[in-house]
Amino acid sequence: MTDFIINALVAGLCIAFVAGPLGAFVVWRRMSYFGDTLAHSSLLGIAIGILMDINLQVAVIASSIFFAGLLIFLERNKTLSTDTLLGILAHGTLAFGMLILSLSNTVQINLMGYLFGDLLTIGTQDLWWIGGCSALVALLLLKYWNGFLAVTVHEELAKVEGVPVGKLHALMVLMVALLIAVSMKIIGVLLITSLLIIPPAAARKLAETPEQMAIGASIVGGLSVCGGLLLSYFWDTPAGPSIVVTACGFFLFSYLAPALLRKS
Amino acid sequence: MDNSCLIKAEDISIQFGDRQVLQNVSLTIKQGQVLTLIGPNGAGKTTLVRIILGLLKPQSGRIEKPQNLRIGYMPQKLHVEATMPITVRRFLELARHKSSAPIDEILQEVQITHLMHHQLRSISGGEMQRVLLARALSQQPQLLVLDEPAQGVDVSGQAELYQLINDIRARHNCGVLMISHDLHLVMAKTDEVVCLNHHICCHGRPEQVSVDPSYLALFGKKEAKNLAVYTHNHNHHHDLTGEVVEHKHD
Repeated sequence: MTDFIINALVAGLCIAFVAGPLGAFVVWRRMSYFGDTLAHSSLLGIAIGILMDINLQVAVIASSIFFAGLLIFLERNKTLSTDTLLGILAHGTLAFGMLILSLSNTVQINLMGYLFGDLLTIGTQDLWWIGGCSALVALLLLKYWNGFLAVTVHEELAKVEGVPVGKLHALMVLMVALLIAVSMKIIGVLLITSLLIIPPAAARKLAETPEQMAIGASIVGGLSVCGGLLLSYFWDTPAGPSIVVTACGFFLFSYLAPALLRKS
Repeated sequence: MDNSCLIKAEDISIQFGDRQVLQNVSLTIKQGQVLTLIGPNGAGKTTLVRIILGLLKPQSGRIEKPQNLRIGYMPQKLHVEATMPITVRRFLELARHKSSAPIDEILQEVQITHLMHHQLRSISGGEMQRVLLARALSQQPQLLVLDEPAQGVDVSGQAELYQLINDIRARHNCGVLMISHDLHLVMAKTDEVVCLNHHICCHGRPEQVSVDPSYLALFGKKEAKNLAVYTHNHNHHHDLTGEVVEHKHD
């Protein structure tokens, strides 16, 4: 095996491992459109990064965190429904990013790579970013697990019991933003949230507790990354779609297998 | 504020848009006391409870409570997401402190030990209310706040649930603030009834309130028959928005 596939595998597994539990919260809290919006807005981050000639990873993280903060702020002072706000931001930022990219014809960039992920682009430096950010998100998840769960099950009950509800919600949004920013290169802007949504959904059927679902999601995510990268390596398919298709396979299997077993 | 006083609400007012939901509402809850909040739908009962819990800020007025008052809150209902697998036990663990009683002890107190390992989504309405009560108890509450505790519980279950709440009050000597529509069931065990319709229409011991003209005006004689029947001329009635309309006696 060559270096780039090892890099991609390590990076993908780091992301899948953390995306499992974090994605479970995205599923429970119905934040999937939220994730999509952050992902779309990161294309604007790339465009601005290219325009200003700064490190792209830093640009994407900065823009992702900026938009996460903006969303938290707009949510609190709501004048429009969250759904509408997300719709405006998601497509507004995506369109604006594309516009800037098309105007800056100094650099030829691999747009497909950003939209759907590109294995060949994962270098050692990216690996450090992905590893570091995944570790940070994992630590935060462990530290505040019970609080996050209490807020998710019943926000007001948690608040009366003294859980800092507002702070934990903001922290969760920032964690989702961070993970999306670093995993963009491997999965791509358009498919990133699927790695947060599909593995927990596949793990749901077998889980009895939130923890089982979270760990199950990590395992399904990890297997999807392995399967997807194999597909990508041997048939030269794009990395992001390959991983997502594998994850969808696991999801279908988890729902169809019990029914099929019962029949036979 | 004397020691036994758990909550002292003074002149609470709040407006949503141009709708006055609460107007100069004052009440106190003391240790060991059961205060029942009654009133028609949309009278502002839940809003008042949310203000007392600190979930909502009143536009004027203030809430006094002892520092670190331990409140056990039982919300009106709990919606569990279909995607969330969680057992009764894990749900109760979410609220545990170092000083909380063991979970099986709390479950025993509300008589649902057998549900410990059941999925929260699979239990019945009546069982869910007991689980919520157990969660409130895990706070070792000095004050229990119950928002329609018997909602979705069948008739015989309702009486049992109120009996249980009464036992808990006696055992823990905690104050109870409760919203309830089940007047015939709660009145006998209530120390103070506050009849709310945006403002406090009347308050006092149940036997006093049940003969109060403004109470009869709100609930009608049929409901009042459950308690004691005694009629007065009202000194005011309510228009469609709940505003007080004084009218002259003839």
